[in-house]
Amino acid sequence: MPIDYIPILAFLIFALMFAVGTIAMSSIVGTKKTTPEKMMPYECGVDPIGSARRRFPVKFFIIAVLFIIFDIEAVFLYPWAVIFKDLKVFGFIEMGIFILILFVGLIYAWKKGALEWE
Amino acid sequence: MDLAIPSIDIASLGPELILSIAAILVLMVSVFLPKERKDPACYLSLLGILFALASSVTLWGKPKYAFNNMIYVDNFGLFFNMVVLITAGIAILMSINYLKEEGMSHGEFFALILFATVGMMFMAIGSNLITIFLGLETMSISIYVLAGFLRERDRSNESALKYLLLGAFSSAFLLYGIAFIYGATGTTDLKGISVFLSEATYLNDPMLLAGTGLLLVGFGFKIAAVPFHMWTPDVYEGAPTSVTAFMSVGVKAAAFAAFVRVFSYSLWNLQPDWVLLMWILAVLTMTLGNIAAIAQTNIKRMLAYSSIAHAGYIMVGMVASSELGISSILFYMLAYAFMNLGAFGVIIVFERKGEKNLDIEDYSGMGFKYPALALLMSIFLFSLAGIPPTAGFVGKFYIFGAAVKEGYIWLAIIGVMNSLVSVYYYLRVTVVMYMNEPVKEFTGITWSPSMVIALIIAVIGTLLIGILPSPYLDLAKQSILLMM
Amino acid sequence: MLDYVWLVPIFPVIGVLINGLLGHKLSKRLVGFVACSVIFFSFALSVLLFLSLLKLPPEARSFEKIVYTWIATGDFKTNIGFLVDPLSIVMMLVVSGVSFLIHVYSVGYMHDDEGFRRYFTYLNLFVFSMLVLVCSNNFLLMFVGWEGVGLCSYLLIGFWYQRKEPADAGKKAFVVNRIGDYGFLLGMMLIFVTFGTLNFYDVFQSAHHNFHVGNLTITAITLLLFVGATGKSAQIPLYTWLPDAMEGPTPVSALIHAATMVTAGVYMVVRCNVLFTLAPISLTVVAIVGVVTAVFTASIALTANDIKRVLAYSTISQLGYMFLACGVGAYAAGIFHLMTHAFFKALLFLGAGSVMHAMSGELDMRKMGALKSHMPRTYWTFLIATLAIAGIFPFAGFFSKDEILWNAFQQNTILWALGAGAALMTAFYMFRVVFMTFHGESRVDEEVKEHLHESPPVMTNPLIILAILSAVGGFVGIPIIKGANFFHDFLAPVTGGHAVESAKITLTNLAYASGGHASAAEAGHHSIGLEVLMMIVSLAIAGIGIGLAYYMYIKNPSAPKKLAQRFTLLYQLIFNRYFVDEIYDFLFVNPIKRGSTLLWQIFDAKFIDGMINGAGQIVKWSSVGLKRVQTGYVQNYALSILIGVGAIIVYFLYM
Repeated sequence: MPIDYIPILAFLIFALMFAVGTIAMSSIVGTKKTTPEKMMPYECGVDPIGSARRRFPVKFFIIAVLFIIFDIEAVFLYPWAVIFKDLKVFGFIEMGIFILILFVGLIYAWKKGALEWE
Repeated sequence: MDLAIPSIDIASLGPELILSIAAILVLMVSVFLPKERKDPACYLSLLGILFALASSVTLWGKPKYAFNNMIYVDNFGLFFNMVVLITAGIAILMSINYLKEEGMSHGEFFALILFATVGMMFMAIGSNLITIFLGLETMSISIYVLAGFLRERDRSNESALKYLLLGAFSSAFLLYGIAFIYGATGTTDLKGISVFLSEATYLNDPMLLAGTGLLLVGFGFKIAAVPFHMWTPDVYEGAPTSVTAFMSVGVKAAAFAAFVRVFSYSLWNLQPDWVLLMWILAVLTMTLGNIAAIAQTNIKRMLAYSSIAHAGYIMVGMVASSELGISSILFYMLAYAFMNLGAFGVIIVFERKGEKNLDIEDYSGMGFKYPALALLMSIFLFSLAGIPPTAGFVGKFYIFGAAVKEGYIWLAIIGVMNSLVSVYYYLRVTVVMYMNEPVKEFTGITWSPSMVIALIIAVIGTLLIGILPSPYLDLAKQSILLMM
Repeated sequence: MLDYVWLVPIFPVIGVLINGLLGHKLSKRLVGFVACSVIFFSFALSVLLFLSLLKLPPEARSFEKIVYTWIATGDFKTNIGFLVDPLSIVMMLVVSGVSFLIHVYSVGYMHDDEGFRRYFTYLNLFVFSMLVLVCSNNFLLMFVGWEGVGLCSYLLIGFWYQRKEPADAGKKAFVVNRIGDYGFLLGMMLIFVTFGTLNFYDVFQSAHHNFHVGNLTITAITLLLFVGATGKSAQIPLYTWLPDAMEGPTPVSALIHAATMVTAGVYMVVRCNVLFTLAPISLTVVAIVGVVTAVFTASIALTANDIKRVLAYSTISQLGYMFLACGVGAYAAGIFHLMTHAFFKALLFLGAGSVMHAMSGELDMRKMGALKSHMPRTYWTFLIATLAIAGIFPFAGFFSKDEILWNAFQQNTILWALGAGAALMTAFYMFRVVFMTFHGESRVDEEVKEHLHESPPVMTNPLIILAILSAVGGFVGIPIIKGANFFHDFLAPVTGGHAVESAKITLTNLAYASGGHASAAEAGHHSIGLEVLMMIVSLAIAGIGIGLAYYMYIKNPSAPKKLAQRFTLLYQLIFNRYFVDEIYDFLFVNPIKRGSTLLWQIFDAKFIDGMINGAGQIVKWSSVGLKRVQTGYVQNYALSILIGVGAIIVYFLYM
């Protein structure tokens, strides 16, 4: 059995060697001329304004989390919708419960003021 | 396409469903309640626990698989269900006043306790590695949040973050182990695995053994076995005390339920392979927990190490894994629930806002100022140390007795020597309470009715099991009949 | 009704709790009232149990009440359970009844003592333990009671612990008893190993069906149990603690060291009569130890001058009679004597206490005399008890002692002759006490004389009740007339009818019984005429003893001195109690003391302490070391987990 995994092992070693090797090669072979522009973070070619390690409002984070929840709800809804006819009433009830639970979460978040920007 | 709709057997999920619904209701009720008036939320959660307990009782003695063999509602699972439900109930009773004093009385707390309990219960009844993993995650995520519940306090945040990071780390190992087992046996069903192993001719499959080892790591983390225990003191110390009480008992009980089910039943054919390892881990866990506890000055930290040591004692029962061994694990868990919750309850009563009165020094002279509280503490600590006539003594007696009966004499000797070491640090608190002069002014304690009820339940449990152990031992013995 | 048997020992516990926990807040009156009334409740309940037991047919008079499963581990299972049968009910009645009277008496006797509350707490605790001992349905619970009475005995002997003698006496009693307890414990373990249970009924059933007479295991068990009995019931060689135990308060001597606790050994032997009957060798040992103790200690009592010591040696001697009865298989007779002895010996002690009370604590009989007129009630009750113990018809002692002697005679005339000799001495030394104390010339100190007074009613009323019992108590067991021996018939379901026969056969078979005329056949059909003749002989023996005492202490007071001078050597030997204490000190106590000093100074102080302290130090250091490992950095914790994972994987893949 373990013999079957030899290719994987070989692959791992090769990948490791490749990563280490290229980095090592470039640092050994490449010339280093540092200018302020070169040390700047790359932001799609636009000059950055101030430090990237800045605080930003936690509201963004809450919205993002809420988005993920409903995003995933949608992910579940697609396959469900495709085979809705096969699942019959059972599928409908199951999905109803699922959405209900998420709805409770939404009410909770709403009541807590997670959706209020100011 | 033909879809097999799984048979729906709502009744066998009764306790879990009741508790989930209760948790959602608590969440809803609490957002509509005005601030600082969250009492209905906790009454509702207590009600939910009572109904879940009642529902568990009705399922007793009728083991059956449900939901395509994803869960197996047997007495073993139900016993642990009841233990975690009692734990949750006592923890809630202990929290009510504590949270008010800390100014953090939010309904979410109770909802999270209930969600965590649901997760624990799924771990106890899960008969598929996937169910167990889902239960474990449900429990863990709730506990991560609970540990950081006092969000204005640095230590609480630190505790939550450490637990989250390391918890995620260990979950990964557990999942990895599940994957290996699946790869080796082609199933995640516990019964399927055991059937596969009993028919397999070649048990030294490295994948299988690696999977077993990784499962051991995953469970070992949750029960705080050495060397996966490092998080315990920090997390227990930083978390709100009532949460520490809850997790030190509930998480451990649930993790042991799954641990025993997976190792002593599903992977029983591999027992020759893992028993020595378990032996070593048990010895390490007991010894390290006890020795480290001696040097502690903070009482919560001391009890954290003590809980590590207790995990070691229970692992002795797993090494024995005979019928007596398993039933003594169940018995010990019940005893441990009462005595450990009780000890933390006393700490909560004595603790003042802002982590005051948590050093063992602070207990000096408590025996004269608050005789009732000191007496309770002494009873719980005696029980933890395993001194008769308390539950802890009987529990240790049965566990070590089982080990001796299975021929693990040295393990039992090491265990007994460890409990001797433990007497030192448990009794030190008693000595400080009764023989030292107070080091500072006592600020006054408050006996809230809910806390009094919780402590009375705990002390009655501790003494009753210690004095009249046989009905509870019978219960534990009944619980392991018809497992799997 | 029988279901409530567990309440019998519970009542005294209530007393212990009330007086022990709240005693310092209660008045003396209330403490005394509580202590007495809880014992009275126990007694009343015992009477009710007795009556309901009587309603049942004789073969159904055995009732077990299991309160709960006490210990259950593996094969070992023991209940907290109580047994009501004729034997235990007799013991319950005697224990609670006599205890009640002595409690009442103590209220008066201990009235001015500072430890009044402590005294009654201990006394109630004692009654509790004793009742547990006699009610238990298994060996283990019986052992709990057995140890409990030992503890209370220790506490009460050393009641005045500020003085050295009582404290030493308490210690001595405890240590000597421990030797016996060790035998009991070993016997109990052997029973468990042999039978797999400690329940009386199961053990006896199994022994009866599965073992033959003369089985060696049973013999070992019974001998070990008997070692326990010799400790508790003060028989040779473990009797030395009892005379010293007289340092305790006199009612304690009456209750514990005469009427109840010391009879526990007899009770135990009778309870195990099924086992003893299967072990003829053990029975022989019991009989010989009993009769030798009876004679030996009676002779010591002849010369003692301390009134309580006379009574103490007399108690040992009477206990010897009871063991003699057991040894010849006459278990019912043993219990019968136990009961009557409880009455008259308690009365004698309480009477002595009353005398002490009047004499400001004086115990030396040489400083008494002619007290009769000063304390008539004490005198008359004391006289009744003396007549009873001397075995004068129709007092209680006559019936019970005679039954024992008659049974012994049927077995073996040597046993009978020794027993009769002890009876002669008993009559002599008891009347010596009476004459020296109450008659003759007054030798009382002048200052004491002024205070001479009769004791208060609270003390004399128990005396009167006990006197009545001592006078008529024997009529429950009238011999000869068929059906009149109610006591014997009542106990028959427990003690059995076959015991006597089998014991008889074995005794006659033994070589030592060279002079034994009583063959089995003869004894089986004993003639009534012979029995009556033997009674007359016993009466005559008692009469001779009394006459001798009268001659030596009333008629011719110089006679004792002359006798002592003529037989100086013998007199000194007896007067110094055969130097048994000194011999024990030389043979056992001193070597052990020296050895233990050596062990303490070298082995304990240097080796053990060094090891313990060293181990403690190592643990402490490693604890501090482990504290350092706990850095608080999550990455270190994760590393620890990773190392664990690595170790486990390596173990699984390469081990």
